Amino acid sequence: MSERKPIKGMSKARTEKLIKKTLAEMPEKAAKKRAPHFVANEPSASTCAVRSNKKVVPGVMSQRGCAYAGAKGVVWGPIRDVVHVSHGPVGCGMYSWGTRRNLMQGKPGVTSFPYNFTSDFQERDIVYGGDKKLMKLLREANELFPLNKGLSVLSECPVGLIGDDINAVAREMEKEFGKLVIPCNCEGFRGVSQSLGHHISNDSIRDFVIGKHKYDEEPGPYDVALIGDYNIGGDVWAAKPILEEIGLNIKSVWTGDGEIEKIAATNSVKLNLIHCYRSMNYMCKVMEEKWNIPWLEYNFFGPTKIESSLRAIGELFDDKIKKNVEKVIRKYRKEMDEVIARYKPRLEGKTAMLFVGGLRPRHTIGAYEDLGIQITGAGYEFAHQDDYDRTGPEMARDTIIYDDVSEFELEKFVDEFKPDLIGSGIKEKYVFQKAGIPFRQMHSWDYSGPYHGYEGFKIFARDIDMAINSPTWDLVKSPF
Amino acid sequence: MNAEAAVAKPMTTHSPEEIERVAEWINTEEYKEKNFAREALVVNPAHMCQPLGAQMVAHGFEKTMPFIHGSQGCVSYFRSTFTRHFREPASAAADAMTEDGAVFGGQANFFEGVENTIALYKPKMLAIYTTCMPEVIGDDLNAYVKNARARDLIPEGLPTPYANTPSFNGSHIHGYDAMLKNILQYLTEGKKVAGKCTGKLNLIPGFDGNTANLREYKRYCELMEIPCTMLADISETFDSVCDGTYRPYPGGTKLEDTAESINGKATISLQKYSTSTTMKFISAEFAGESLTMPMPFGIKATDAFLLKLSELFDKPVPEALKAERGRAVDAITDGHQYIHGKKFAVVGDPDYLLGIVTFLLETGAIPKHIVCSRATKKFQQEIQALLDSSPFGEGCGIYINKDLWHLRSLLMTDPCDAIIGDTHAKWAARDAKIPLFRVGMPILDRINLHRTPIIGYNGAINLLTQIANKFLDIKDETCEDPWFEMMR
Repeated sequence: MSERKPIKGMSKARTEKLIKKTLAEMPEKAAKKRAPHFVANEPSASTCAVRSNKKVVPGVMSQRGCAYAGAKGVVWGPIRDVVHVSHGPVGCGMYSWGTRRNLMQGKPGVTSFPYNFTSDFQERDIVYGGDKKLMKLLREANELFPLNKGLSVLSECPVGLIGDDINAVAREMEKEFGKLVIPCNCEGFRGVSQSLGHHISNDSIRDFVIGKHKYDEEPGPYDVALIGDYNIGGDVWAAKPILEEIGLNIKSVWTGDGEIEKIAATNSVKLNLIHCYRSMNYMCKVMEEKWNIPWLEYNFFGPTKIESSLRAIGELFDDKIKKNVEKVIRKYRKEMDEVIARYKPRLEGKTAMLFVGGLRPRHTIGAYEDLGIQITGAGYEFAHQDDYDRTGPEMARDTIIYDDVSEFELEKFVDEFKPDLIGSGIKEKYVFQKAGIPFRQMHSWDYSGPYHGYEGFKIFARDIDMAINSPTWDLVKSPF
Repeated sequence: MNAEAAVAKPMTTHSPEEIERVAEWINTEEYKEKNFAREALVVNPAHMCQPLGAQMVAHGFEKTMPFIHGSQGCVSYFRSTFTRHFREPASAAADAMTEDGAVFGGQANFFEGVENTIALYKPKMLAIYTTCMPEVIGDDLNAYVKNARARDLIPEGLPTPYANTPSFNGSHIHGYDAMLKNILQYLTEGKKVAGKCTGKLNLIPGFDGNTANLREYKRYCELMEIPCTMLADISETFDSVCDGTYRPYPGGTKLEDTAESINGKATISLQKYSTSTTMKFISAEFAGESLTMPMPFGIKATDAFLLKLSELFDKPVPEALKAERGRAVDAITDGHQYIHGKKFAVVGDPDYLLGIVTFLLETGAIPKHIVCSRATKKFQQEIQALLDSSPFGEGCGIYINKDLWHLRSLLMTDPCDAIIGDTHAKWAARDAKIPLFRVGMPILDRINLHRTPIIGYNGAINLLTQIANKFLDIKDETCEDPWFEMMR
């Protein structure tokens, strides 16, 4: 792909000066630790120079979460037919209950469980251990929610610290219930961010889930699985129909609106299509090694990326699918052109800065560009080197790339580049809105969505226009 | 076929009849019994954890940075919860302990954390509290703070009160209590001057996610010309202006005023259960009278509050407030018919529950189920006594240390007309097909409710209006055409 046009006013010198100026305001040790986490983008570099996946510098107000958040909030929580137990004190289960917008079908409390199940640890549990309580708890859960297809046990910090053996409990209960009981040792203090929680979850899927079930219909040539789509605001429901329209057979989704037994049978599909590379590329690799299932990253944000993704998917199949791909692209092109014709004149030339989680800082760039918006800065809360290597080429030269950016740092960058929009998380939203800068929450689509697929782009375009061109911003400055 | 596939089980299928059977079963008396028999499993509790309460207190003091000694994820959860509820920034720093902290203790993180936080965010006070992790491994915060001071990582004169707030003990209201007590203890130490009286009222609102309630308390004091120090005042922090400038520390009680509060004329806490250790400390150490009153929900409790203020400060209740009272009583007598006899399930924190139930009894509504997912026998007795004081309290069930899944069973077997509680009760409300009136914290799915007072005379009007109009909406939306009328 050719490099993007440079953005007016951006230069390496300006970006580097900004980085330097920001670091100068920090204590020496913190500045030294933080310095490698910022770079002026070199799109053609073979690897992005930014450093990532390092410990949070204490005291800097990072936006990161923890391993538990990655395991419960991201990977396990969205599986709808499993009772997910937050094992430990009350807080973690409470704060992660329903706050990630992973929508699901089913009858709540009967066949789907969008609830907070917790052992609500008390001091005595810390002193005497919680294994016995966990057994009792799982029996109670299984009795009160009999149509569950499995139970998961997600451990919070104290469980690991006191050395409870949730794996042994899960093993015993799995035998007793005759259904999946999955332990996930995702204590929050593990690792440096949510990212390790994804990995630990992947390990538990690998060890306790995958290969444990088989589909009830014979395998077909177009069987695929969607990996790393969590159905935020209905994203899976917007992406699935497109793939079905080109003739693919979606056998399971990991894990948005997911079903555990379908996930457990994924080892028989022909291809894994991965959306959130960060959280699940490891599982794709596992399935590739063990079952020879190829995998492909795709991006369904904005028509440009949808089209190139569909064509790349088509390439892996026969002429029937390839033909369908072109048909689908033609079918929706008109609708997409209409969306662009409506919004682009209002958004052309605007700039945005992004700071989000797993994949969005790079995946959504195309959708902004479809609307004429340029990205002057991007970064991730918990990405690794391979994420940044995929990000550099998506951005213009000399734009700023920042890793695990703290509130202090992001404010400085925003002050300098004065973007027309910031796309980031809930904790940052009102900081910037108070300053009069339009903002969209890009973790949760700001309670809107879906943003995926053709349906999603219409909503995305409307929302971005609404954010940037809202008349309310004209009210911020008082006349007196 | 490989080995794994050979042992793979077929998918489990539930027939539509089976799903229907269970869907009906979970609404039955039989299920309720099983549900209430559970001993280990908690489903949808209505309480949060200690450090979140501690953080709320920290936000209520001038230029104070909440500083969490513990893991990074916790602070993100607290910040997100406050931000989602108030739709405001909630700055808080953490020393982000990880595995090595678990092994070697958190002192290194603490040192680095305080140094960076102080340099970057220039706070006037660090309010330090803990999460589970350092509590389980037994970190000695007292020593850490002392050591950090010895190394000049904390500047001379920067207050660093701290509280132990493990999540596996109590709930958010206890964290609130612990942090408030410790901040007061820290800032007032050595400030007591015999015979000196500031003439001021110390007012403690307790754990209250409604910023307008706090404003209303302050307005009453202004109208009565009573100088007041609110401990702790989150009303500006979490209801700050949007004028093009972001301020990291809007509002909060001034530290000097807090220090002086020990020489106040009187101290009133408006929440008994979220301030019990604080009030113990205050009654032992502070000058002047100290007392706890119930939250002023409804007319009579507001009367009692104003009378107490009048008595303590020898100031008459002003005409403006008398007129307000009159208007509120007018509104309630006008509107009581739409709420009289309606049955309510109420869920929330102990102090809020006492307040809401007072309001319901006063307006002729019937509290039917009271659920508190973290409370004591003492609370149960107190709320029982409140129910006993009114014929409308007859037959009300009190369920302490029960959760929202218990509440669901209650609603299915013994229905109500509405629930009053925080957003988490929306699942139960939907299953029971009744409205949820969002009161308490967190409210994640409606806007601006924290900007409308629900205490005091205006609060009584607001609550009644909200509730009665919803019932009228339901009537208009669901009645058959012949019963659809212009007037209601």
